[in-house]
Formats: sequence, structure tokens, C-alpha cells
Amino acid sequence: MTGWLAAALSIFALVVVLAAIHVPFGDYMARVYSSTHHSRLERVTYRVVGVDPDADQRWPVYLRSVLIFSVLSVVALYAMLRLAPMLPLANGKDAMLPMQSLNTAISFVTNTNWQSYSGESLGYLVQMAGLAVQNFWSAAVGMAVVVALIRGLARTNTDRLGNFWVDLVRGVYRILLPIAFVFAVVLMVFGVIQNFSDTTVATLGGGEQLLPGGPVASQEAIKDLGTNGGGFFNANSAHPFENPTPLTNLIEILLLLAIPFSLPRTFGRMVGQVRQGFAILATMTILWAISVSLTVAAENAHAGVALQAAGAATEGKELRFGVPMSAVFGASTTLTSTGSVNSMHDSYTPFGGGMLIFNMGLGEVAPGGVGSGLYGMLVLAIVTVFISGLMVGRTPEYLGKKLGARQIKLASLYILVTPTLALVGTGIAMATEAGRSSMLNSGPHGLSEVLYAFTSASNNNGSAFAGLSANTDFYNIGLAVAMFLGRFLPIIFVLALAGSLASQAKVPETDGTLPTHRPQFVGLLAVVTVVLAGLVYLPALALGPIAEGLS
Amino acid sequence: MNGVTRQAWIAVRLIVVGALVLGVVYPLLVTGVGAVIASGSAKGSLVESDGEVVGSELIGQNFEGDQWFQPRPSAAGADGYDAMSSGGSNLGPNNEDLLAAVQERRAAVESQAGTGVFVPPDALTASGSGLDPHISPEYARLQVSRVAKANGLSESAVAGLVDANTAGRQLGFLGEERVNVLLLNLAIANARR
Amino acid sequence: MSTVSVQDAPQVKSGAFSPASLLTSLPAALRKLDPRNMVKTPVMFVVLVGSIVTTVAALLTPSVFAWSIAVWLWLTVIFANLADAVAEGRGKAQAASLRAAKRDSMARLLAADGTISEVRGVDLHIGDRVVCEAGDVIPGDGDIVEGLASIDESAITGESAPVIRESGGDRCAVTGGTKVLSDRIVISITAEPGSTFIDRMIALVEGSDRRKTPNEIALNILLASLTIVFLVAVTALAPLANYSDAPTSLVVLSALLVCLIPTTIGALLSAIGIAGMDRLVQHNVLALSGRAVEAAGDVSTLLLDKTGTITLGNRQAHELVPAPGVDIIELAHAAQLASLADTTPEGRSVVVLCKEQFGLRAQEVQDFTDAQWIGFTAQTRMSGVDHDGHQVRKGAAGSVFAWVAEQGGTVGTEVVNDVDAISAAGGTPLVVADGQRVLGVIYLKDIVKEGIAERFAQLRRMGIRTVMVTGDNPATARAIAEEAGVDDVLAEATPEDKLALIKKEQAGGRLVAMTGDGTNDAPALAQADVGVAMSTGTSAAKEAGNMVDLDSNPTKLLDVVAIGKQLLITRGSLTTFSIANDVAKYFAILPAMFVVVFPGLETLNIMRLGSSNSAILSAVIFNALVIVALIPLALRGVRYRASTSAQLLSRNLLIYGLGGLVAPFIGIKLIDLVVSQIPGIG
Repeated sequence: MTGWLAAALSIFALVVVLAAIHVPFGDYMARVYSSTHHSRLERVTYRVVGVDPDADQRWPVYLRSVLIFSVLSVVALYAMLRLAPMLPLANGKDAMLPMQSLNTAISFVTNTNWQSYSGESLGYLVQMAGLAVQNFWSAAVGMAVVVALIRGLARTNTDRLGNFWVDLVRGVYRILLPIAFVFAVVLMVFGVIQNFSDTTVATLGGGEQLLPGGPVASQEAIKDLGTNGGGFFNANSAHPFENPTPLTNLIEILLLLAIPFSLPRTFGRMVGQVRQGFAILATMTILWAISVSLTVAAENAHAGVALQAAGAATEGKELRFGVPMSAVFGASTTLTSTGSVNSMHDSYTPFGGGMLIFNMGLGEVAPGGVGSGLYGMLVLAIVTVFISGLMVGRTPEYLGKKLGARQIKLASLYILVTPTLALVGTGIAMATEAGRSSMLNSGPHGLSEVLYAFTSASNNNGSAFAGLSANTDFYNIGLAVAMFLGRFLPIIFVLALAGSLASQAKVPETDGTLPTHRPQFVGLLAVVTVVLAGLVYLPALALGPIAEGLS
Repeated sequence: MNGVTRQAWIAVRLIVVGALVLGVVYPLLVTGVGAVIASGSAKGSLVESDGEVVGSELIGQNFEGDQWFQPRPSAAGADGYDAMSSGGSNLGPNNEDLLAAVQERRAAVESQAGTGVFVPPDALTASGSGLDPHISPEYARLQVSRVAKANGLSESAVAGLVDANTAGRQLGFLGEERVNVLLLNLAIANARR
Repeated sequence: MSTVSVQDAPQVKSGAFSPASLLTSLPAALRKLDPRNMVKTPVMFVVLVGSIVTTVAALLTPSVFAWSIAVWLWLTVIFANLADAVAEGRGKAQAASLRAAKRDSMARLLAADGTISEVRGVDLHIGDRVVCEAGDVIPGDGDIVEGLASIDESAITGESAPVIRESGGDRCAVTGGTKVLSDRIVISITAEPGSTFIDRMIALVEGSDRRKTPNEIALNILLASLTIVFLVAVTALAPLANYSDAPTSLVVLSALLVCLIPTTIGALLSAIGIAGMDRLVQHNVLALSGRAVEAAGDVSTLLLDKTGTITLGNRQAHELVPAPGVDIIELAHAAQLASLADTTPEGRSVVVLCKEQFGLRAQEVQDFTDAQWIGFTAQTRMSGVDHDGHQVRKGAAGSVFAWVAEQGGTVGTEVVNDVDAISAAGGTPLVVADGQRVLGVIYLKDIVKEGIAERFAQLRRMGIRTVMVTGDNPATARAIAEEAGVDDVLAEATPEDKLALIKKEQAGGRLVAMTGDGTNDAPALAQADVGVAMSTGTSAAKEAGNMVDLDSNPTKLLDVVAIGKQLLITRGSLTTFSIANDVAKYFAILPAMFVVVFPGLETLNIMRLGSSNSAILSAVIFNALVIVALIPLALRGVRYRASTSAQLLSRNLLIYGLGGLVAPFIGIKLIDLVVSQIPGIG
């Protein structure tokens, strides 16, 4: 079997499995968030934390709950990182320094999982009870927010969007935790470690090697499922203890795509029009497929003098995965706001690496992070409907909701946030010695490292052109700001949008209504997504990957 | 108690509950299950020789000398294959240091295997983790005659060991064909005795 | 009266645009450079700032290139203002002719004690009573409380045929500035000076109190945020370029920014809105708010009065049904004879039918010397003639049957059955008798306007539901509804029924449009999202609606909907065009900026533009010229044909999306061929 046929079959397998699960899984999630029933464990939890699970919140209250929970999570995680040596299972590791702790705490609470530290420098307890716990919470927060937006579209004449605490707890108890558990065990069976001791071995060659231990499998499963991406080890999913075989590689790609690709179905179910969800899914799939193809093609061409000399783009890639499935992972992780990597993006070809930056620049919508991907795509759908709705001679409406000044204002603000953060951050970094001195590579590739960092942080992706020395005050603080604002400003706008939509009545659909489930709209939405990102990021990309690739 | 304080209390208690349920109970449960059904792999797929642990099947290690099959170049730690310092070189596709390294590695391989031989890319580039336990069958075959000579084994015997330690694509289509360097060298060591 | 025939598809035709108006509007365009005015359009404000920055930069370090960019950036701003000025200019001409009608007239104020005093028209107040006689210009808006007069309303409607206005009923309203041609009337003033109908018309067509409409505001927000994003992208580019050893000048960055922000739509947005109102005016419809024009595009239910809108004003003879044993020609003869004295439209239609279907020579009353004519009256409900020993009668079935019985004749059951059948089918039966003999029945029916069914089918494709409103009984109403192809019918409708129907539709989220003229229509007109009051209607109706049709042609509602849609389509299409343009501009400017440092970027210069300077300047010039080029389109509106939303979208995407992508590649290349010849640029 040729390498390309094998790669094609691998991608095909990926698509088939996703196609098979998205309907039942999406329907399941719709039931989770629509159900009025509380399980016993949930009841106990609500009683312990003091929540009335049947209270329905208005959007400002929902938002306040999100923000309070997240900010306090940052505080708790910061404290834990700082106090780690005094806690059990510290494994002899030092405490993280203040700025890096702040960066890391914000990074994990915002579902970014940017790591300016290397995983090997942290103790076991901090990883499993600090970082990995936020992998659950931050993912559940993203899902709660998108569910609130879906309710805004589905409900009429109400100011109620649901209960954040209930959505949060259900997301964890009914979706993330059970699946993470199953796949932690599966990954463990295939070689991912789960223990609490480092092992020193005398190597065959007569040397000594210290093999790290740790509760990796339990963290690995939620790291991908929750599109978090913070690796237990520095090498992330390239590390053989995190991702030991081609099969686990495929499973991890599946895990990081599973929820984002199934949520459109949940959306379709909850608004009562499955085809609307399918249109969103189709848009995401098209963009994903194009991006994966281009990335794989670029890596296969192995442009760049060093890679040409080596004969393949294998620098920074694991032999067991091969170039194509490394590129598929790379494209998928940057399109899902996951940010875990199974190969070093900094060593990708100019266009391959540029594609990864552009993927994040799309705003993490194809299919995007858990929850955040769908709400991002729905905001883009609203903008698309607005422009194309005008072209059919009606003041635009989406799913029967009129898109007036308030809705467009919120959608516009949403779209403004991440490009502004990414480009302003990159601009400041390139204008200051503090920003420039962290680059490993020189020339356009160095610029790409900085652009990657701020694009990744602003869009809550978390992967890196890791040559950049990010553990400096400049980057720890700058990227923390980008991550925090890049997460919560959009959430504020989305929930306000949800509130304004929920309060509306539904306009009935007529032949004069712009259909938003047809291929025409799917194509248009995909084009709008690409063009908006393209227009904004093109000048910066021109001086980074494009300049490098065309030289 | 106003709304903000009330919600803050809920948040604090939920964070504590989460730390216990998700941060302690869940990983310990996974550990427990692992101990029962996957004890070998959960511990790190350790490889033993004569009752001594010599490494992990999954983690590459340095081998000094012509008698060993050489792994890929590694960027983990100063000397490579430092398992506590995983990572890649992060050098860009046009990086001059990377180009120099590639040329140097090619020269090193060619000096032993003959000038002008095809040197597979994995022999010239470092992996992402720096701990890649595998090399390509092509790179292994390139090393056969050197290893055979250094160990006093016949080339066909060594080539046979290479074949025996070559894993095909998983399920027939996943990943790449590869040779586990530690297991191959272990077989060499056993054959030498 | 109407200039619009129902045969027309709801396709909005273009208004006039003369290139000369670009020149005449130039002074107004320059006056609009006032920053306080510019800041209302964020996109163009950014261009203004860019113009100032480049001018300063050109002053400090002069070069042909810097000055060229500065000049063209200024032109971009001026062209945008020109679009506004031209759009407003068209209204100004109309306003001037209205002002002429509103010359300060004297009024004869009628005091409570019957004495008359002369006061100035501007001193009249609501409730004052004034007397007007033939030759007088009516001093203010009001209702006739006494008398009847023929009035020349050409000052506001442009229609020279006089109209009759009389006290009481739905035709009592008169408008200030119109002229009494005959008789004497007493008018009760209903509007304060300065807020009369004609004042409001002037304000409207001038656009002086134009406020941004909801959709325009939303679009403006989107454009502003795109502008901010590009501002950020271009600003952030400066340090990136410095790092890359390709430092950029303020002039080039300003040029890039102006090219990227959506200047095309930003420049034309308000002109499109003004032109939309103006197009309505050209259809002789006055929209009292821009919001109503937008709402018209959204209407999903149309309430249409049967009479005048769906059917011709009167019933017409459709068929002759002879009684058993009667020759149809004999019936036709008798019907014709009996109808000669009937001057009602129904009566005349019988004569026409007999002539057209049976070839009977048209006869005139004068042709008969010894005949005694019996005219149609509401009391007898019969007409006829006594002539040559025959007593021929034609009229309502009951009346004629009674008359035949009086003459000693009997009525056969077949005839009674025919009469019932015609009634059941929604028609009106007229019975013809000659003395004791019943000759047969004339079938009068409502004639549905030609082409109206196709038009309703088009509306249906556009997703608009039509509801016919009529005072007829349900059976009659349904028969006509079926023939006309309306979707629903409101029979035996009272004003309360109408209001209830509108509320019901609105509760379901639909937008409703209707026409009306009577005082009792006022609540429904006010409730409807688009309420078009007939200019002939009462002031109450005109107050309640948000549009007034000066032609009083109810069919116009269909055009109003089309104009509303066209307005929105024009906005959307030009937005798409504007954004699609950016792609080509990137291909022109980005390589030009950085090709010196990264020669590889020349690959992106797919247009093969002459030099870096000429490439940037060409993009800026294209960006400015495209505004001027699109002014006619913005004023006319894009072509609109009724079709489904998917077809509309495909068509507009093809023209304005794909066109917007391709056009600048060609335009910039052509401009570059010229510009690159200029010394210091090429």
C-alpha cells in the first residue's frame, strides 16, 4: 500500500466514524440540555453547592455566573500552581513563578491551554487536580454558552436562557466525564501511561534514562475531548507516552473533532430544524476538508531549503504517525481550538505553517472548540444572513429572528475581538525588543512565530510555533491578556445576542425568506468565513509565511 | 446576600467539588482500572532484559557505537533522548542551523554507508518529541552492514532481525512502517551472545 | 389616472439620472466636507482623516506619488458626498415646485356668528372655519363641512383632471395649496400651519428630516466594525513591516486602509436610502417615514380591497341566458333596448355586450322619436322603454318579476333557477322582460383586472400572501377570489374585521400592508406595518397611514412592496460588491509594498502592474472612480424582478459578488496602464 492510499484511508476512516456518531451523539447532547430530569449525583451536587436547578436565568445573570465561575477558577488554579510544592504528590517539583502561573491559570480556564512551561516541570497533583479539572470545566463552559445561544434562537418572547450551573454540571457529568473515562481506559490499553512514579532505567547502551510517570491517560482523554490541548508533557501528543501508536493518534483526532462536529446536530435538534444544523455542519466540514487537504499537500511538498535537503518535512514529526497524519492532526487541532500537537508546527513548511495560522484566524469555527466553535459559526451565519438577506430584498432574519441593529452590533463586536487582539498583540511584540528577542528563528519565520502566538492565544487555541521563548514577562502577560479577552469578550457578546434573540417573536418562514439550509447558503457561509479572516490576516501573513514560502 | 456573592459561593463550592470528583476520584478510578486491565502499558510499556528494565518500548534512547542501530536525531535535552525534556528542535523549514544539521547528518551517514546512498529523511531530521522510538526500515537497512560488522554477525542475520522488528501499518493503513530501535538492538544484543 | 398598469410585472423601473447633475451637485458635495457631517458616516470619516494625513505627509516630503495619493483620497471623500448631494438634489427640484403651490394665501375666516374676516393663511389654527369659492387657493389642510366643489389638485398630484370633494363621507378632505374650481365650500382646518400635508411633502422630498432607518443603522454598524478591523490590520502592519526591513510610509498605509475599508457602500449608503424614498415619490407615493419603505420589503401579507384593486370598479355584463323558447337574439335586442336609458356602467356594459357578442348595431336614444324612456333609479331598480307597442324592462330580478306579475304575466321556474345559479356563482342577475313575457337573464359579473392573477402568482413566489377584502357575501367573494388567484378572502368585511385580521397576522410575526381611504379605515391603516392612504381619502386616513398615494390607485401597493425590496437589495448588493473588491486590491497593493524586500511576492502581482507606486495609486483611483460609476446604480436601484429568494440571491451574488471580485482586477490594470506613464509614478 502506498503512503498516500494509507493516508487517504486514514482520513476516510476519520470521516466515516464522525459521520456515524454525529447524529446519535448530537441528539444525545440535545437531550442532555433539554431534559428536565436531574440525576441523583446532580441533585447531590446542586445541594452541596447551593443551586436551585429549576431556576431559569436571564442573560445578564447567566453571563455573570459564567464570569464569576471563570474568574474564581483562575484564582483557584493560580493558588494551586503557586502552592504546588506544599501539596501532596508534588513529585519534588518547584512552584511556578507568578507571571507564568497567571498565564497558565488563565490559559487553562479559557480553554486555550497555551503552555509557556514544560509539562515535565509540574507535579502530579497540580496536573490532575488543577489543570485537568479545568479541562473539564472550560469545555463545559463553552458548551453551556452555545446552548444558551441556541435557546435564544429557539425560544420566543422570553428573557430566560436556562440555568448556567445546570448546563455546566450536566455538560461535565453527562457528556465529558463518561466519555473521557471510557477513552482514558482505551488510550491506556494502547500504551498511554497512568501511574504515579518516574522510573530510572539502565539503558541498553550503558547509559541511564529517567522515564517520566504520571496520570497521563486520564488527562489525555479530556485534553482532546474538551478541545483543550494542554499536554501532560512538553512534546504534547507527539510524546510517545501521550500518543503511542498510529491508532491512538487517530483516536485523539477523533476525540478532538467529536463534540465540535456533533454540536451542529444538537443545534438543529434544539431549534427543531435538523437541516439547519446540517447546513452548519456541512460548512464546517467543507472548510475542514479544504484546510486538511492544503496542509497535507504543503507538507508533502516539503518546501524550504532545510526540508528540501532532508528530502521530506519530517523535522518535528514522529515516524510512527507519518507526514500526512501529522498534518491532519495539525490542521484539526488548529481548526478546533484544541492546540495539542503531535508534531512541531514551527518546523512545518512555510505554507503548511501559514495554513495553521490561518486556520486559527478563521476564528476557530471549522468546527472550532467545544461550544465556542458553534457559537462562532452561528455569529458568522448571522453576518452572512444579514448581507445575503438584504440581497433578497428583506430585512434579514435567521431562524425567524430579525437581525436588527442590536444583533448586528453584537455580532460585529464578536468578529472584531479576536483579529484585533491577535494583530495588536503581534504589532506590539514586533515593535518592542521584549517581543522580538524571544524568537528562535529569524526573518519571516520569526515573525510567523510571534503572529502564531498571538493568533493562538486570542482564538484560545493554545498550540504554538514553539521555538518562541514564551516564558518571559512580556509574553506571559501579553498572551494572558489576549487569552482572557479573547475568551470572555466574545462570550459577553454571544450571551447578549442570545438574550436579544430570545426576547423576539418568530417571523414565519415564507418563500421570500432566505433559505439557510441549502447548499447555496452553505457555500456563502464558507466564503464569508474565509474572506473575513483572509482580508484581516492577509497583510500579516504576507510578511510571515507567504514571504517565506515565495522566497 | 446579593446575587454576586451568592453566585460566588456557588462557584467556590463547585470548584471544590470539581477538584475532588474530576481531579481526584476520576484519575484514581482510571488508575485503578488500568492496574487491572492494562498494567503493563499503564506503567510505561517497560522492556526487560535479563530481569533488568532497560527502557520503555515507547521511548527512544541514545546508543553509542557502531554496534547499535542508531535512532533518529533528537532535540530532547542537550544530548538527545532526555525523557524528562521532551520536544523538537522547532527550527523552521528554511533555518540555516537546520540546513547545516541536515547536511552534517547526511555526511555522517554517508561516511559509513557510502557516498551517494539514499538517506531516508528520518535519519536527517529530529522528531517532535525527541523521544521517537522508531526509525524507518530504509534507515535500518542502511545500518545493517555496519552493525553486522561491528557485532561480528552476518548481514543476512542482522537483516533478518530488522525484518522481524519491522512493524507494518496498524490495521494495514494507519501510520507508517517502522522499526523499534530499542527492540531491534535488544535482539542484536541477544544474537551477539 | 395611474401611470402603472397591472400588466406590469412588479419590476421597478429606473428613475432619471443625468450626468449633468454630478456637476451641479458639486458645491453641495464640497459643503458636506464639514467634519461634523462626515463623522456620521464612520467609513468616510476614516477616509477624510486619511486624506488629511496624506496631505500633511505630502507637504512634508513632497513627491508626485504622495500628492497623487492625497488628491485621490480627497476625491474619494468628495465623490461620496457627491452621491448624497445628487440624491438630495433630485428631491430639491420637486420641493421647489411644491413650494410654488404653497404661496402665502389669504383666507376668509368664518366666525361663529357668521361674519367673515380676511386673515393670512399662516394664522389659521386647527378648528378654524374658512370659506373658499371658485378661483380660491385653499389656505390649509382641512375637511369640507359644508358644500361640494370641484378642485384642481395638480399642485400635489401632478394630475390635471379636477376631482370632486364634498362634505360628509370619505371624500371630504382638501389639501392646502390646491385650487377650488367651482362652487363654494366651508372648510374646517385640521392642520397647524407648517405641519400641513404640503409642508410635510416638502420636508420629505428634500430629505431634510431624514433619519437613518433601522436596517441602515444595522448595516452602518457592520461597516463601521469592518472599518475598525482594517484600521487595526493596517496599523499593526507598520511594526511588522519595520521588522521585515520594509518600512512603509504613512501615505502607503493610508492608501491601503482606504482601499480596504468598505468605501463603496459607505459612500453610497445614504444615497441609496434617499433614492429609495425618491423612487416612491416618482411613483407618486409619499412615504412618511423611511422605516415604512424598509417594512414594505418585508411585507408578507397584503390586504387588498376587491373593488378597484382586484376587479374593475363595476360589474359588467358577461353573458345572456335566454328563457326557454326565447331566441337569444331577441333577448339581446330587448336587453340592448332596455339598457339604452341606463347610464350606469352596468347598463352601458349590457349595450357593449350586445354589440360585441351579437353584432347589434349600437343605437342611440336619439334614434327613437316616439319612445318613452324609463331611466334606472335606485327605487325602481329597473330601466326600460315603451316603444312601438312593446314595454321592455330590464332590472333586478325581484323588481322585474314583480313588474311582470303586475302586467299579468308569470315567471317560469327555469328563469328563477337561472337567476339563483348566477347569484350562487357570485354574479348579479338582471332579468329582461317584454310586457308579460320574461325573455331571459343578463349575467353581470365582477371583472377581474387583466394580468392580476399572474401578479398574485409572482407575489406568492416572493412569499407574499394576498388577502382580498370585500363587503360581498362569502359566496360571491370566494368566486372572485378564485378567479383572481388570491390566497385568502375576508368577506362581508367591516373595519373591525380588517383590524382584527391585521392583528392576527401580526401576532404570527407577519408584516401587513394595506390601502385605505375612509375614516373607518384609519385604525387598520395605523395598525398595518405599511398603510397606504389614498390621497382622495379623509385626513384621518392620511394621518393614520405611513404612506400616501397621490394617484389614489390601490394597485400601487404592489409597486410599493417592490420598491422596498429593491432598496434593500441595492444595499446588500453594493455591500457585497464593496467587500469583494478588496481581494483584487490586496493583489495590487501587498506585492507593491513588500516586493523590494521579498522579491518572491512578485508572484502575487498577477495583474503585472507597472511599478509599486503605480499599483498603489491605481488601486486608490479605482476605489474612488467606482463610487462615481455606481452613483447611477445607487440612485436607480439594482434591477429587481419578482422571483424566489434563492433565485434572487444567486443572481445578485453572481453579478455583485463575482462581478465585485473580477471588476477591480480589470479596472486597476487599465488604470495602471495610464498611470504608469506619469513621470515619477511609473
